[in-house]
Amino acid sequence: MFDSPSIIVGLEIGTSKICAVVGEINASHALNIIGVGQARSRGVRKGEIAEPALAEEDVRNAIVEAEQMANVEIRSVYLGVTGNHIRGFCNHGVHPVVSADREITEEDVQDAIKNAKAINLPVENSVIHAIRQHFQVDAQTGILSPVGMFGAKLEVDVHVVHGHGNRLKNSIAVVKGLQLDVEEVVFNGLASALALLSNEQKELGSLVIDMGGGTTDYAVACDGIIKHTGVLAVGGDHVSNDLAYGLKVPLGRAEQLKLDHASAVLRPEVKGKTIELPGQMGLPSKTINLEHLHRITSLRVEEIFELIEREISHLGWLERLRAGVFLCGGGARIPHIQTLAENIFQLPAFPGKTNSISGLKSALDQPEFATAIGLVRFGSLQQKRKINSGLTGGIKRTFAEMFKR
Amino acid sequence: MTTPLASPSTVTAEKADELVLKKKISIKVCGVGGAGCNAVGFIAQTNFDSVDFLLLNTDAQALAASPLPDKWVLGRKRTRGLGTGGDPDLGRAAAEDDAARLASFCAGADILFILAGLGGGTGTGAAPVLARVARESGALVLALAILPFDFEGPRRQAQAQGGLQQLKAAADAVICLPNQKLFKLLDEKTSVPETFKIGHNLMADGLRGICRLLTQTGLINLDFADLCSVTRGRHVASSFATAEAGGEKRSEQILEKLLAHPLLDGGHILNESDALLVSLAGGPDLTMSEVNKIMESLQRQCENAHLIFGAVIDEAFTGRLSVTLIASSRSPIEPAPLSDEEMRKADPAPMQFLDPSPTRRPPSRVVAPPPEMSNEKKEQLYSRQTGQTRRKSARLQKELPLEIVFKGRFDKSEPTIRHGEDLDLPTYIRKGVALN
Repeated sequence: MFDSPSIIVGLEIGTSKICAVVGEINASHALNIIGVGQARSRGVRKGEIAEPALAEEDVRNAIVEAEQMANVEIRSVYLGVTGNHIRGFCNHGVHPVVSADREITEEDVQDAIKNAKAINLPVENSVIHAIRQHFQVDAQTGILSPVGMFGAKLEVDVHVVHGHGNRLKNSIAVVKGLQLDVEEVVFNGLASALALLSNEQKELGSLVIDMGGGTTDYAVACDGIIKHTGVLAVGGDHVSNDLAYGLKVPLGRAEQLKLDHASAVLRPEVKGKTIELPGQMGLPSKTINLEHLHRITSLRVEEIFELIEREISHLGWLERLRAGVFLCGGGARIPHIQTLAENIFQLPAFPGKTNSISGLKSALDQPEFATAIGLVRFGSLQQKRKINSGLTGGIKRTFAEMFKR
Repeated sequence: MTTPLASPSTVTAEKADELVLKKKISIKVCGVGGAGCNAVGFIAQTNFDSVDFLLLNTDAQALAASPLPDKWVLGRKRTRGLGTGGDPDLGRAAAEDDAARLASFCAGADILFILAGLGGGTGTGAAPVLARVARESGALVLALAILPFDFEGPRRQAQAQGGLQQLKAAADAVICLPNQKLFKLLDEKTSVPETFKIGHNLMADGLRGICRLLTQTGLINLDFADLCSVTRGRHVASSFATAEAGGEKRSEQILEKLLAHPLLDGGHILNESDALLVSLAGGPDLTMSEVNKIMESLQRQCENAHLIFGAVIDEAFTGRLSVTLIASSRSPIEPAPLSDEEMRKADPAPMQFLDPSPTRRPPSRVVAPPPEMSNEKKEQLYSRQTGQTRRKSARLQKELPLEIVFKGRFDKSEPTIRHGEDLDLPTYIRKGVALN
C-alpha cells in the first residue's frame, strides 16, 4: 500500500551488461527517467542466465547504482527476457456472432480473443505476451473495435510470444533472490520497440533491431500494432569470437579490437592497412590486418541482418515497412551499420532514439539503454491501464499520491 | 506389399511374386557374434510376433548362456567352440565352413535382419558371409551394425570399418548404431548392464519400426525399395531413430523426442542428411494436421534432403503415434561407389578364400571394363596417373571436416541453429571466405 506506483523500474539482464532504469510518472502523468544503474554482466550467455550466483551479484550492483542515482528504494521491477527459446507467432481466433440481430457485443469480442489465445504450446512453454491484432468482421479487415458493428463472424489474430517456462524462471529467480518483486516479464524486443518508436512510426511500419551482446531481438510494428517479434541468438559476442578465431588473438583483445576498429561494411580504402597492437601484460605485440578484421565483422553482421530480412520478407512484412529500420543495442554502435541495414533491407535505417520520453539526456541517447527504457515505458502503460480500469482506480490513485515519498 | 529392388537372380523375382500373393512375410532375425547375440537375446524377450530368431557365435560358452532355443556354434572344427580371439579372418573362415548350414536357415526367409557387433572376430568376419549366403538364397538382407566404443581403441575401430565396408557390399541395407552415441543417454551413475539395456532397447525399437514399415501396407506405402534408396550407395552410415508418444500433444512430443534422440546427435544428423525416410504409424485417429506438423518440422530440419514419407494405420496404435526415421548422408570425400579393386584395398584383411564378386550388387554407376593393352602401355599410364593421385590426396587433406573449429566462448552453450547452420561458427568460415 505504501509502495508508490509512480516509480517504475525496468531491469534488463543482458549478456554484456545489466541495466536498471528508474522512471517516475510525474504530476502531469508523463514518464520521466530519473536514474540509471548498470553493471558488467558475467553470468549470462546468449541472453540467458548461465551462472545465477554471478548474475545475482551483478544485478544487485546495477540496482544499487540506480537506487542511489534516483534516490528511491526499488521494490519491484519489470524484467526483460530474451533467449533462443523465445518464439513469436500469430494465431487466429474465430467466433460466430450468435445473437439474433447480429450485433457484436463485448462478450463476442472476448470470446474471439479467447479462441485466438487457445494455442497448442509444448507443455513446458509459457506465454509471455499475447498481442491483439486487428479484428475482422466477415470480410471487412482492419477493425480496431468491433463492438456495436453487425456481422456473422468475428475473427481476430493474436501475436503470441512464448518461451521455455523453466528458462524464464531462471531470470525471475535471480531477481527474487534479491528480495525484489517481478511485476511482469517482458520480451526485450518488444520493450525496445516501445522505447524507440513513435506512434507515427508504428503506424507507417517499422522494424526495430536490438543487437545485443548475446542475442539480436527484433520486432515489426505496422498499422500501430506489434505484428511480429523474434530472437536470433547471435550478437556482439559472436563478432568478438569470430575475431578471436580469425585473427588469432585472445578473446579479451578481440573484444577491444571490435570496439575500436570494427566496421559493418568492408570499404575499399582499408585494403592493405594494418594496426599495430602494442605488447602489454605479457601479450606479445602483434600486427593485425584491418581488411581481415572488417571482413570478419561485416560478414557476421551482414548474416544477422540477412537472416532477419529473410524471415520478415517471408512473412510478408518487409514491403509494408515504410518508416524504416531502427537500430539499437550495443550493435548499433558499429560504424557504418546503417549503411549495411539500408543495403540489405532497402529501407532507410536510423540509430534508435528514445524521443518520446523525457529525463536524463545521457541515458536516453545511448542505444544500449533502449531496452531498459522500453521496459519502464511498458510498465507505465501497464499502470495507466490498471488505474483506468476498475472503479477503484481513481481512489487508488489519490491514496497513492497521498503516500508518495 | 514389398517389392524388392531389381535383383540379378530370378529366384528373387519369383519370391517377390510370391510375396505379393501370399501377403505373409517370413522374417528372420539373426544375431552374429557376442554383441549381436546379446542384442537378439534381449529383443526376443520384447514381444516380437511371427519372427524367427537365431544366434550365431563361435564361442560355445557365450551361446550356452543365452536362453533362446535356436543357436549354432560356427566353425566348430576350426575354433573348437572357443571363439575367434578378435580375429575377423577366423570368424569369416568359420562362417565359410558352415555356409551350407547357414543357407539352410536362410532358405525360407523373405527378410533377414542381421544384428552384429563389428570390431571383434565373429561379428566382423561372419556377418558379411551370412549376408552373402542369405542374398544368394533369395532373402532381402538388412544389417544392423553396432560399432565399438571409442575407448576400445583404433585397431578395433579399423576392424569395424573394414567389416562395415564388406557388410555394405554384401547386404541390401546397413544401418549403424555407434555405441559411442549411447554416452549421451548416460549419466554418471548408469551401470554397465543398464547401458547395454539402453542400447538393446534402441535396437529393438528400430527393428520393430523397420519391421512395421516393411510388413504392413500403409495408406501411404513405403517398401523395401524406398528403404534401399535411402541407405544404398551411401558411404556414410545411415542412422535410425524411433520415437513413440501418446496423448493430445503427441506430435510435439514425438518431434522433441526425435530431436533429442542420441542417434541423431540432437538433430545434427538431420541437418547433414541428404536422404530421409519417415514412416508414421498411428491409429485410425491420426489426423492430417499431425502428419503435416511432423513432416513440416522435419523438412525444416533438413531442407536439402530427399524426403520419403509413409504412413501406416494400425488399430493397435489408437491414441498413439510412432515415427521411424532413417537418415543417411553422402560423405563429402567419397562420391563414387567402391569398385571391386578398391574394396580389396579398403579391406584390412583381404579375403583370399572367398570371391566377393558374386555377392556384390551391380554398382549404381556403370564402369566400363579396362581396355586391353600391353604391359608397357599400362606402366606408362600408371606413371602418368601418379601425379594425379597425389593431387587428389592433397585435395582430400583440405576437405577434412571443419568440426575442429573451436567455438570459443560458445563451446558449452546451446548451439544456435538456423536453416541447418550452426551460427556459432564464424560466418567467414561457413561461407568459405579465405583470409590471407
